[in-house]
Amino acid sequence: MKTNLRTTLRPVGAFLMRGSTPYFMTIALLAVSTILVYLSPRSIPAFLLFAISASLIYFLKLKKPFQLGMAVLVAVVIVPILGARNIFYLEVIFQIAVFAALALGLNIVVGFSGLLNFGYMAFYAVGAYLWAFFGSQQPFLLHEIPGTAPMGTPFLLAPDWFYLFIFLGVIVVSIVGLILGLPVLRVRGDYLAIITLAFGEIIRQLANNLDKPLNLTNGPQGITPIQRPTMPKGILAWFNSICEKIVGHPVTENQFYNIMFYLIAVLVVVVVILVTARLDDSKIGRAWAAVREDELAATAMGIPANKLKLGAFAVGASFAGAMGVLFAASRTFVSPESFNFLQSVSVLTMVILGGIGSIPGVIIGAAVVVVLNLQILPSFSLFLANLRQSDAVIPIINFHWKDLSNQLDPSKYQRLIFGIILILMMIYRPAGILPAARKKRKLQGSMSAGSSGEAEGAGGPDAAASQGKGADRG
Amino acid sequence: MIRPQASRTLREIAAPLGKMAVFVVGAGALFSALMVIIAFLCKGSGADKLLLDTQGINIVTYTMVNLPQVLIDGVTLGFVYAAIALGYTMVYGVLEFINFAHSEIFAIGAFAGVEFLIAMDKLGVLAAAGPMGGYMYLVIALMISMMAAGGIAMLMERVAYRPLREAPKLVPLISAIGVSFALQDIIRLVESLTTGQFYRVMPTFGDFDKRLPLFSIPTGQDSTQVDIQVKSLVVIIAAVLMLVLLNYIVNATKIGKAIRAVAQDRNTAALMGVGVNAIISFTFFIGGALGGAAGLLYALKFTRIDPYVGFMPGMKAFTAAVLGGIGNLTGALLGGIVLGMLESFAGAYLGTFTMGAFGSEYKDIIAFSVLIIFIIFRPSGLLGEQVSQKA
Repeated sequence: MKTNLRTTLRPVGAFLMRGSTPYFMTIALLAVSTILVYLSPRSIPAFLLFAISASLIYFLKLKKPFQLGMAVLVAVVIVPILGARNIFYLEVIFQIAVFAALALGLNIVVGFSGLLNFGYMAFYAVGAYLWAFFGSQQPFLLHEIPGTAPMGTPFLLAPDWFYLFIFLGVIVVSIVGLILGLPVLRVRGDYLAIITLAFGEIIRQLANNLDKPLNLTNGPQGITPIQRPTMPKGILAWFNSICEKIVGHPVTENQFYNIMFYLIAVLVVVVVILVTARLDDSKIGRAWAAVREDELAATAMGIPANKLKLGAFAVGASFAGAMGVLFAASRTFVSPESFNFLQSVSVLTMVILGGIGSIPGVIIGAAVVVVLNLQILPSFSLFLANLRQSDAVIPIINFHWKDLSNQLDPSKYQRLIFGIILILMMIYRPAGILPAARKKRKLQGSMSAGSSGEAEGAGGPDAAASQGKGADRG
Repeated sequence: MIRPQASRTLREIAAPLGKMAVFVVGAGALFSALMVIIAFLCKGSGADKLLLDTQGINIVTYTMVNLPQVLIDGVTLGFVYAAIALGYTMVYGVLEFINFAHSEIFAIGAFAGVEFLIAMDKLGVLAAAGPMGGYMYLVIALMISMMAAGGIAMLMERVAYRPLREAPKLVPLISAIGVSFALQDIIRLVESLTTGQFYRVMPTFGDFDKRLPLFSIPTGQDSTQVDIQVKSLVVIIAAVLMLVLLNYIVNATKIGKAIRAVAQDRNTAALMGVGVNAIISFTFFIGGALGGAAGLLYALKFTRIDPYVGFMPGMKAFTAAVLGGIGNLTGALLGGIVLGMLESFAGAYLGTFTMGAFGSEYKDIIAFSVLIIFIIFRPSGLLGEQVSQKA
């Protein structure tokens, strides 16, 4: 059955991959989905279609410059305009970007070097609190009891220090990663996981409790307001002069801030992707894989395992630090609850769902989880709420929808979904949706040992395309 | 003349009782002595002056007067932790795997028992039962908790862990995190669909809230009364009974021998005719039942439970298991008692000694720091032999 499906699909796949078809298809799909989203800004299917056609840019066999151009077009032109039309999409994409960076950072620790880290949110928290403290009035409230800042309290730093703090976040948080990493190197495997969990909890509790003796974090209430960087002068007017007609309404300053943060986040993600990809392909990446697969053998081969593990911790943490600073500025508010264990596990879920060690996989994982969290679950909740208000009855068991408990709100059941994803992925597909290239290579190696023809069939787009061509000729 | 079998039974019952007594007295004496020494060192400090101003007693007297109550609280908490920690340690002993979802087994036990008691309360039998009847219903509720928690633990092993038994070590751990999260929300789902809310409150019945006066300490003009709540006494007694029973099962029965055999070497045990899968299931059942009972005892002590109630006690109990030496039953007991004491002492004295700068809210941080320090510097725990660290 499975092979049947594959053989019937092969010509279709081959057609999609051949010649100029993928170019036309990408452009057509993008255009159609853009128009759909533009016309009906609230429809989720339209948005999902848009997301899929945007990701097709990566998956179809296209020339590099074309891919790059399309990606830039989507990221810099289409998304901001669509996002200005419905600001909620911008939020979704912003969160995808933030979590993609976090998941990529965790991927270095978990995927590349095989150290399980359950306290990853602690690094994010350190980054967020770094800017939250220096970018707010908090330094002047050290001896006050926790509460909202009194009127007229000055800010310590000018808002544009934010840009410097992104880099500072990287440095400070990677040092924190090193400090955590140093003792942690003595343990391995499951003990390491538990230690990182404990560390994450300690950081969260510290954020919760450090409102005395010195009021550093303002306790459970969190710090607000946190400054946002100033907007370049006149850019809003410029944007409105060009895009007001297209967007349909003038964009306010607050909305434009969302666009700005989205662009910064995309920039950070691009840097993160580049760094991660280069690391994966480098000597360090290979050494990480060696340590992950067999530490003893790797050490015997002269690989400095401890240094590499520390490095993985520091690099992984630094991404979270940068994103933490960005998060604090974009929300203008941080509180300890944003960094709980659920968040750490949700980032882990993204990594595992997408594919441990696989860069595109992890990004897809982040996108799926964020869309699930922000769009699908809430709309399901809304659907249930509507059912509850209607007079509908389930016929056979005679159940009145309005008797359904108010507590049943699917958007509050993220844990259930993460949990089930984790269990199912571990049992049925531990390599994730898009397994890492290295794993695939290993798989192919073992297959080619069996029969060389089969190995070609599994060789991805190239092989499929060449076989498809052969079939056409025949 | 006592027959050998009977003498062995007696020994297996007496030995853990003796150990518990030694641990409680030892840990209590050690912590008390430490605290008193610290109090003497702090004499004349700011904290001392503050106490003299506000309560009219110096810091040494203050420490001494509060000690008995702190010790009682510590022991109560310690036994709850020990009962949960035994679940972790048994599973670790057999599978070398941290059953992260054990904290949810604890929560399931708490919910099963509390739901039963609430149902009985609604029927009106609890109010009519009187004090002795109250104990009876509590015992029934404990049984229900143990069955439910043990059953779910077995199911969990079958569904989420058994398929992964031969996988690399981190794979079942991630699966366990998944089980833990899924179970939390399943409890919530079931509770909110059936009752419309996701937290439950233990009904008051019997005379569990009564305080038994023990003795009083004269402090200047008036005296401080030291008493123990009936609940705390019930928690301690129930935990001690269960621990003795567990020790008996593991050390003096045939199935216990099988468990130990599987823990030592699964393959060889299978060759010797031990049904490995059944034994692992049974281990999960016993560990789960203990955790479930601990859940109900916890609910009895702290009254309000929600689906996420297991996380903190679970983490603490794991800390206790590591502290004592994971995989070692006596160690879990010792770790639980030490951690309970530590928490109780930190909660009672930290605020006073630091003049309110660091209060009892730091007790979680202290527990987690202990966990980290022990894993790093002595992963084998207080009692355990060197555990192999195969990643």
